Amino acid sequence: MSHTVGHEPILGKFPGLEWDEEAGALVAPAAQAAKIATWLRDNDAFLLDYCSNVTGVDYLEREIKEKVTNEAGKTETVIRIEPSRMDIVYHLYSMQKQTGPLVLKQRTNREQPEVESLTPVWRSCELQEREVYDLFGVNFMGHPDQRRILMWDEFEGHPMRKDYTEPFDYEWEPTPHDEVLERHQRGKVIV
Amino acid sequence: MTLLGSGIFKGMAVTFRNFVGSYFHRERLPTNDYSWRTEGSLPQHAGDYPKEEGEQLRDTTTVTNYSRNFPMLLHDGSEPMDTIRCVACQICERSCPPQCIYIEKSTEKKEDSSGKMQFYPATFDIDVSVCMSCQICVEVCPFDAIVMNSQFELSTPNRFGGLLLHQGDLLKSNDYYHKIHPEEAAARDKRIADEKTAKEAKKKAAAEAAKKKAEAKAGAETEAGDEKKEVAE
Amino acid sequence: MSSPTATAPNYELIQQDGLETSLLEVSMGPHHPSTHGVFRMDVKLDGETVVDLQPVFGYLHRNHEKLAENMSYLASMPFTDRLDYFNSMTNNWAYALAAEKLVEIEVPERAEYLRVIMAELTRLVNHISLVGFFINDLGALGTPLLYAFREREKIMDLFEQASGARMMCNYFRFGGLRNDVPEGWLDRTREVVDRFPDFLDEYEKLLCENEIILSRTQGVGCLSRDLAISAGITGPMLRASGVNYDIRKVDQYGIYNRFKFRVPYTDDDVGDCYDRFMIRMLEMRESIEILKQALRDIPGGDIIGKAPKIFKPKPAEAYARVEGPKGELGFYLIADGTPKPYRYRVRPPSLINLTVLRDMCLSQKIADAVVILGSIDIVLGEVDR
Repeated sequence: MSHTVGHEPILGKFPGLEWDEEAGALVAPAAQAAKIATWLRDNDAFLLDYCSNVTGVDYLEREIKEKVTNEAGKTETVIRIEPSRMDIVYHLYSMQKQTGPLVLKQRTNREQPEVESLTPVWRSCELQEREVYDLFGVNFMGHPDQRRILMWDEFEGHPMRKDYTEPFDYEWEPTPHDEVLERHQRGKVIV
Repeated sequence: MTLLGSGIFKGMAVTFRNFVGSYFHRERLPTNDYSWRTEGSLPQHAGDYPKEEGEQLRDTTTVTNYSRNFPMLLHDGSEPMDTIRCVACQICERSCPPQCIYIEKSTEKKEDSSGKMQFYPATFDIDVSVCMSCQICVEVCPFDAIVMNSQFELSTPNRFGGLLLHQGDLLKSNDYYHKIHPEEAAARDKRIADEKTAKEAKKKAAAEAAKKKAEAKAGAETEAGDEKKEVAE
Repeated sequence: MSSPTATAPNYELIQQDGLETSLLEVSMGPHHPSTHGVFRMDVKLDGETVVDLQPVFGYLHRNHEKLAENMSYLASMPFTDRLDYFNSMTNNWAYALAAEKLVEIEVPERAEYLRVIMAELTRLVNHISLVGFFINDLGALGTPLLYAFREREKIMDLFEQASGARMMCNYFRFGGLRNDVPEGWLDRTREVVDRFPDFLDEYEKLLCENEIILSRTQGVGCLSRDLAISAGITGPMLRASGVNYDIRKVDQYGIYNRFKFRVPYTDDDVGDCYDRFMIRMLEMRESIEILKQALRDIPGGDIIGKAPKIFKPKPAEAYARVEGPKGELGFYLIADGTPKPYRYRVRPPSLINLTVLRDMCLSQKIADAVVILGSIDIVLGEVDR
């Protein structure tokens, strides 16, 4: 079986590096990701030379209802507001040691998302970070060739964001029995 | 040091062997014969294509007997609408990945083939221009009412209306299902029968248990129990 | 140390009196027959030599990930078939593995064996048609491809008998398989598997010593070991560059630890088109070994484990990967306690293998760019998703 990489020895090395227990991932502080990534790749104990998967996750602001036991010993429901954020997730493996995965995350805000590009560390991030830029609108500082990759250059918006709404004149084929047909009959879609 | 060009000649020999061999062994032919007429002749004109459903099947071709194309609705007896298995529960409509099923539930109930009062679909349409033959509707159906057909000659000059299959086009008898998918249909019928007997056995056991309980209760002869029983009756 | 990247070679344009030459920009695709789908290469040429190349894709983009985030877990299964439409079975498997990580379901023994059988048959289908297409790209139109398709047809018939469809199989389910294989299917498979080596012998005789193929592929499109690792290249392409890394051996997902098979890889640092072609030929032999063992040992029994009726995982994250015929196919799922995945991500091997297309094509001839693209083995359904 694949051997997971222990995260404990890494935590002490870099101030601000956190371990997210729920997600099972290292969360790198802003503007340090490239330094940490290079260290992870070159350190003999890890040798994480292969970055398998790069993706973004868009978290909207949401309310979480939690049951909390207060001082009097009673349970009550507390509404906690979790702020919105954008995660960039890297799944790292080691081909030399045949270990992995170690999940590394970069966290940023949704409004002006900007993180360090890890393409100088692992070439495999090149196309995948372009994809995250295209579909999530995250700006990768230091990326050699940041352009849209799947959508066309004139496209507006970032479709993988959770609050993306498609434009109403989106190209659809009218089919019997659906909202597109309704719109078609109302004359809003020109086919 | 081998002679330059000997590799090419070796390859040519293989090609030649295949060329000559294809006259003697069918498996050397790079094309497969999927002709569906029992006589084995391929259709020459458009009018030669099979007109009746199920005609394209040939006993010797195992492949068509397993293939699936678009869904169809099953009925048990002779009159399709009276014995339709579908009860318009709309589970398939909700779980269809490309959203190609459209169902309208009937307003009143009608007797089904087992004599139980059930709803039935007033409208049941499948848009086969959207359907992707994934068979998820078949899996989620709790009534074994929808199964996959293997009919593939569905071309039509009408782009929107012609590819929208209505209830009348979709309804097929269980016998037809046995004809096109013999193994699958037999397994399905066996499962339905097993479930039925298991259900009946369970019902019987439950009835007996209830009876015993009632007897035990009657044995205790409490007034409250009698009253309750009366209320229950 | 930064990661290795190739740089454009230094070139000088011929400037003679009165004559002015310039670089030629050619847009190959999206309808170019050699590009295996709707794929475009913007090539800058100095005469016949490639001095710059940019892959352009996205013509087939359907936003599969967004679709999957708006439907239930099961409903995404048929859509995974349409990623890499040559290998629907391995796509299904990768997705099922990821979902099984979210909700612990035990897969019955028979289902595990059938999964291995289906995956290895898929590998045969993919490699045999890839080799055919690759030779087609070299200019040998028809014959080798049709021989390959003749054999592929036999395996496709097996898929149809088991799952009802030839390419869009949609056969795997969380915790097992959709239905058991029909009676006599295993015998028919044994027959096909037993006769496959004969075909491979013949095919190798047809191709592997052919001088034209040797001179067109050897030393063309070299990929060094360091660049291959750094660029996340996986699958036969990585092993052709001299890295012994096979996820079937490393992760041992499913029941791959029970089978004896070898992983072919080159021991030099060349990684040219010929290596990539030969690795696939050798891998087919090993797949046949696995198939023979699996068909010998397959037990009877259930086909699907106890999966919950409504698939609703607790909030968690899971990343599962399989060794697909094209490389590492991964699925990354984030569940948030609803019946729909919060985040659904496919790690497409074809897309990431394209990272090095420019590096391999630089300072090669334009005709070789087609061959190099053919040796990467891309399917645009997976590149664009």
